[in-house]
Amino acid sequence: MKGGVRRWSALLLSVCLSMSINSALAIDPIELSDPALQERYRSLTHELRCMQCQNQSIADSPVGLAGDLRREVRELLEAGKTDAEIRDHLSARYGDFILFRPRWSSSTAWLWLTPICLLALGLFVAVRIVRQRAAMVDPTDDNDNERAGR
Amino acid sequence: MNRFLLPAGIFAALVALLFIGIQRAPNKSVIASPLIDKPAPQFELPVLNSTETFSNESMRGRWYLLNVWGTWCAECRREHDMLLEIAARGEIPIVGLNWKDDPGAAQQWLEQLGNPYAVIPADREGRVAIDWGVYGAPETFLIDDRGIVRYKHVGALHPLAWESEFLPRIRGVK
Repeated sequence: MKGGVRRWSALLLSVCLSMSINSALAIDPIELSDPALQERYRSLTHELRCMQCQNQSIADSPVGLAGDLRREVRELLEAGKTDAEIRDHLSARYGDFILFRPRWSSSTAWLWLTPICLLALGLFVAVRIVRQRAAMVDPTDDNDNERAGR
Repeated sequence: MNRFLLPAGIFAALVALLFIGIQRAPNKSVIASPLIDKPAPQFELPVLNSTETFSNESMRGRWYLLNVWGTWCAECRREHDMLLEIAARGEIPIVGLNWKDDPGAAQQWLEQLGNPYAVIPADREGRVAIDWGVYGAPETFLIDDRGIVRYKHVGALHPLAWESEFLPRIRGVK
């Protein structure tokens, strides 16, 4: 009985998985002739935002505009443009919002620097607490110090 | 008391930072166009249901609106009366970029609802729309006499936007 349930759920899972793979492929059936270009095409279309359905990349979105943008990327790749040139080409038209990976600029500096600042602050606080605790322990516990060979 | 001061201070600073972030978060349904104050992208397209072509270079020297529309777009229908009104006032010509549309359906639409456009370039493949950074219809651009994009409105035009954003710019007040 239990084994049967497991088998059924495994079957269901594999059906679901194959369906999701099929739908992912169906969105973009285009293959570029050169495998290196195809790989760059795949990674570029995954890091460009579909402006109509904003939490999807143009690689994942079935809407018409995403298809047009994929065509644009493909044509630029075939014209020999670099990845950076293609990103510039699209952000000149749609703004940096189309890039899922934000660029370094005066307005995004905070985005990149805040985690580093917070990490530094955290380290500073942690070091201070550890030092304070050590200072509190040291004078009262002479035996510990002797054992540690200090 | 003192040992709580630093963590409380950091916490307050974080709250302030996140609050400012939320307050200043851009409205994601309207994405600022990088084309504002830049030269309008040039294009040449066939005119809808005609053998002629239209180039926006021919508009140099006069202000015009570029309205992106399609018969598949429900908001465009809602906007149509407003466009007819603007056209009737004759203050500024409207170029109607027909985006990824069926020419027959577009023709029927204009016959039924009226034609507010001075000229209708048909962008069937959607290439010109990409050059203009169009991500949804309707969108309306205001281009000045030097061919510079001065303003972009996303969504159906309404009298408030027309009076507070478009007219002051056309009349040279803003």
